[in-house]
Amino acid sequence: MADVALRNITKRFGAVEAVRELSLTVNDGEFLVLLGPSGAGKTTTLRLITGLETPDAGSVMIDGRDVTRDPPGSRDIAFVFQQYSLYPHLTVYDNLAFPLRSPARRVPEPVIRKRVEQTAELLHIASKLNNRATRLSGGEMQRVAIGRALVRDPSIYLMDEPLSSLDAKLRAELRLELKRIQLDLGATILYVTHDQVEAMTMASRIGVIKDGQLLQCGTPREIYESPSSRYVASRLGTPQINFLPAGLLADVAVPPGTETVGIRTEHLRIGARNGGVMVGRVHRVEHLGEQNHVHLDYKGATLVTLADPHQPLQAGQEVELHLMRPLCFDRAGQRIPAPAH
Amino acid sequence: MAQIRVENLRKSFDQFTAVHGSNFTIDDGAFFAMLGPSGCGKTTTLRMIAGLELPTEGKILLDGEDVTFHRAAARDIAFVFQLFALYPHMNVAENIAFPLKCQGMPKREISERVQETARLLRIEHLLSSKTSKLSGGDRQRVALGRAMVRRPKAFLMDEPLGALDAEFRHLMCSELRDLHDRVGATTVYVTHDQLEAMSMADQIAVMNKGRVEQIGSPQEIYDRPASMFVADFIGSPSMNFLRFEGGLKSGDRAIAFHDARVAVPEIRQDCAPAALALGVRPEHIRFADAASVRGKVFGAEYLGTTQIVTVDTAHGRVAARLPSSASVRIGEVVGLEFSSERLVLFDTGTGLAIRTANDGSAHHG
Repeated sequence: MADVALRNITKRFGAVEAVRELSLTVNDGEFLVLLGPSGAGKTTTLRLITGLETPDAGSVMIDGRDVTRDPPGSRDIAFVFQQYSLYPHLTVYDNLAFPLRSPARRVPEPVIRKRVEQTAELLHIASKLNNRATRLSGGEMQRVAIGRALVRDPSIYLMDEPLSSLDAKLRAELRLELKRIQLDLGATILYVTHDQVEAMTMASRIGVIKDGQLLQCGTPREIYESPSSRYVASRLGTPQINFLPAGLLADVAVPPGTETVGIRTEHLRIGARNGGVMVGRVHRVEHLGEQNHVHLDYKGATLVTLADPHQPLQAGQEVELHLMRPLCFDRAGQRIPAPAH
Repeated sequence: MAQIRVENLRKSFDQFTAVHGSNFTIDDGAFFAMLGPSGCGKTTTLRMIAGLELPTEGKILLDGEDVTFHRAAARDIAFVFQLFALYPHMNVAENIAFPLKCQGMPKREISERVQETARLLRIEHLLSSKTSKLSGGDRQRVALGRAMVRRPKAFLMDEPLGALDAEFRHLMCSELRDLHDRVGATTVYVTHDQLEAMSMADQIAVMNKGRVEQIGSPQEIYDRPASMFVADFIGSPSMNFLRFEGGLKSGDRAIAFHDARVAVPEIRQDCAPAALALGVRPEHIRFADAASVRGKVFGAEYLGTTQIVTVDTAHGRVAARLPSSASVRIGEVVGLEFSSERLVLFDTGTGLAIRTANDGSAHHG
């Protein structure tokens, strides 16, 4: 495993700037997740690291060595794609062994056997080694695809939405497994996804990317609690963070220049009317089982807060609003540091 | 506006029975979700209500009238599909107007109806746009508009949001429910996504292998699942099942769970010694040093407000939802304490819930 660094990378396709002056370091042993919508430049970034694309400016460093002009085969990178492509005529064992049997690597067969068995153990597919690859469930096939990367010991694993084609339950299971495997192996992983839950739950650090630019990079907690911009604040959190024009606030001190205030749903408290100055009306109560999402109207704005599922609340009811830990954003959507409390 | 009644509805395709004798009533103006995995019979049921399939047995009543053998066109029901099939050569207004034009409605009336529909859907500004230029959400709104413009008695929707990505889907759920509240037409909504059903429906029918396992409000189904299938299907992460052997007596307020005693809601049913399961929702677990059910932390998933901590116990892997402020170390041994008033017991042989004081009328009705 090794450090992988991108320095001021720019990549254009015709008139489109897919990646713009992007700098990013994936530290040895780190699980870094690039989170962004489709078209943000996530996959292009991965392809630049593998050498499948060449940057127009900037450099790619692996373990301190400039590999920007090196061919893909010499970069020592393992890639897991969104769509698992296994060899249908081979067994699970042979699929896993395939990367090690490459003539360029010349790994002796007993070593291959050991690596394949270890990997299968790690992925809980040891009992399936003699099955045809096509005789597996979707989740098992994706495990084999991940396993085919794991049998090697590359400088970095690049993963392009490897769980997105699986159903929700399997995805949740594999999320946990992948994180455990990464910790066990001390693997360096750069993982791209548009799914905030994958990013939050697996990442050592998240890089939020949009329009080819890296907007913020930090631990999930840093990004969630201290977003650098309105966009980043809206990217993490379910339900989404509430935004209120600063002009609609009453009794809440905000720094000068504040245009919008962001309040996470768990930081918006509601209570019976008791002389408070911010009064909203319950629009709808959504029962999601473990909690309710309460949709509120406040001076024409819609706010969402969380409530205990057994708390009696009716549509039309007036409630007092209390804002905790507001995040302040300026006209351009950039965060203004919180006022001292 | 209409009440929809389904009586003993059965559908077989050769050897395969897709729907085994369903019975339910959908009240006028209700938002009714049919929820289940693929192959559970939900779409077949919907297609029978629509008149796109004929039942093998049973009846469908629309506002009391038996429509079982009426053709789809004679039922005054609108169907919204997952793939928003819009006419690419027409603009938004023409797409919405199309069903009325086919009925031969006068032009002026059509234009009034289209305006009204667009206002309800908040897409007035898009009326002259090309459909190919629209975002996924707007395309779905136009498709809804085309269904609404006829003012049908009921809407039938088959996974209409399935093609949208997860976050946007939840926004569309709020929008669909708001729309339902404005229009008030009876809606039958088929989905495999429990979050969609929970978030929108007044009543949910959970289906499995062609049978309706439970019908109830979202909170009832979540709090008092009638079977292990329902308990597992609703909620994310789903309910934990901790297996044990034992017998139960009506009036018991605690169970012998392996070597421990665990307080439960008062049992209302005798149960001979059998394989049972204790059902615990992740948010009803707390860490407590003194608790007798113990395990080792396997992983912690940060979700912002809360975190999901998975713990390996002697009875299987358990997911607990804790505040994200709680500090948890991987590998540490913890005790698990349950909110006893929220526990559910199941007979793992039949898969059915055991009656307790929490049930109210859920199992008798």
